[in-house]
Amino acid sequence: MELDNGAFRSLLQVVHSSYGYDFTEYAEASMKRRIIHYMELHKINDLQDLQSVILKDENIFRDFLQELSVTVTEMFRDPGFYKSLREKVVERLATYPFIKVWVAGCATGEEVYSLAILFKESGILDRSVIYATDINQHSLQIAKDGMYDAASMKAYTGNYQQSGGTSSFSEYYKSKYNSVMFDKSLKQNIVFSAHNLVMDKAFNEFQLIICRNVLIYFKQELQKRVLDLFNASLCTFGFLGLGSKESLRFGAEQSFEEVDRRERIYMKIK
Amino acid sequence: MSPGQRYEAIVIGASAGGLHALFYILEHLPEYLPVPVIIVQHRMAEQQELLEELLQSKTEMIVKQADEKESIEKGIIYLAPPGYHLLIETDRTFSLTVDHPVSYSRPSIDVLFETAAIAYRDALVGVILTGANRDGAAGIKRIREFGGYTIAQEPAEAQFPSMPSAAIATQCVKKVGTLNEISIFLSKISEV
Repeated sequence: MELDNGAFRSLLQVVHSSYGYDFTEYAEASMKRRIIHYMELHKINDLQDLQSVILKDENIFRDFLQELSVTVTEMFRDPGFYKSLREKVVERLATYPFIKVWVAGCATGEEVYSLAILFKESGILDRSVIYATDINQHSLQIAKDGMYDAASMKAYTGNYQQSGGTSSFSEYYKSKYNSVMFDKSLKQNIVFSAHNLVMDKAFNEFQLIICRNVLIYFKQELQKRVLDLFNASLCTFGFLGLGSKESLRFGAEQSFEEVDRRERIYMKIK
Repeated sequence: MSPGQRYEAIVIGASAGGLHALFYILEHLPEYLPVPVIIVQHRMAEQQELLEELLQSKTEMIVKQADEKESIEKGIIYLAPPGYHLLIETDRTFSLTVDHPVSYSRPSIDVLFETAAIAYRDALVGVILTGANRDGAAGIKRIREFGGYTIAQEPAEAQFPSMPSAAIATQCVKKVGTLNEISIFLSKISEV
């Protein structure tokens, strides 16, 4: 199946004008794959049909929206990133009496809990608030529940150890059937909420913003605007952590200093 | 190769046993190809730059990991980064995603091939080498639908035959060949 470009753009316009979600500045190849996947799954033959069903039925639109905006992650993804946070960032964060963190595009929350564990082991979780946001409500609910597939724990334990974890990973969760539930004490300082990076504005000032593997889904103009948003949402000497294939560009690099080039951790200097 | 056909990109998918197959092909390609060569080799997310270094030792062409939004240039060999899907946009730049693995793989050969087929239409050559799964079969089908040229490694020669066999079973493979034959074919692209 190949999507006609005109009909594809018209669909995104209609989604924007009818429901307020703007995907027109998302990278297209991936968007198209997701739309095709959705259409194949629901036996919808062309984009016009898809457009009319999602306009008619908001529940179908919600379902479509989940498919369009879902992302996947894992605990301590790229252990070197967390090791670097532990070794190069936490010490400076600890100098603040109160630490505000924004995990933007937290998906199903695995990296939020990873960060909470790291903060707990560094003794700064109690005076931190971690704002974890995502556009996808379904993902956000999974994040809030803090319940994950037990089968993933072996790999996560390996990641945790490589990230310099100082405890035993299994202390942080309880197993129940095929799932594990992360400890409530980790959640106390996390605030989960819906936020759309495309449209919503800055909502606080942070000492640390983590946004990993989100910018890669955006076209360059939107990447630039989101980097500007992060810049405006960080205090001076605040830190920004990106995904392993993302970098500061479009002039944003002028305002930041590299803390760890390889792990894409930057400090705002002006 | 159809007479007069101009190819603008080569995509290659390899899995288990792929390293030696890629070594062979790179060693037997000319010093310069007037097209980009874009490769998905399944590998563990931890193996960061090792594959690039190993392949670079076999060729005069530049070997690099594909960056997101990077413009695709001829004469360069690009590799999908471990842990990411590599996609091609219609403006012939790369995108990366962390979407779910496809055929248990990320990067997935199908994801690269299917998006490359849309971007390059009939000016694309797709090659499936050794592997122990069936990633790439759907991608090969898509390349044929758009009129591109499709090649699979001779399963009897492949260290792991199931991946080229799965591609051949789609009946969308134009040419089945040994690594030697594939290398000769790809080398001719510079003469068109």
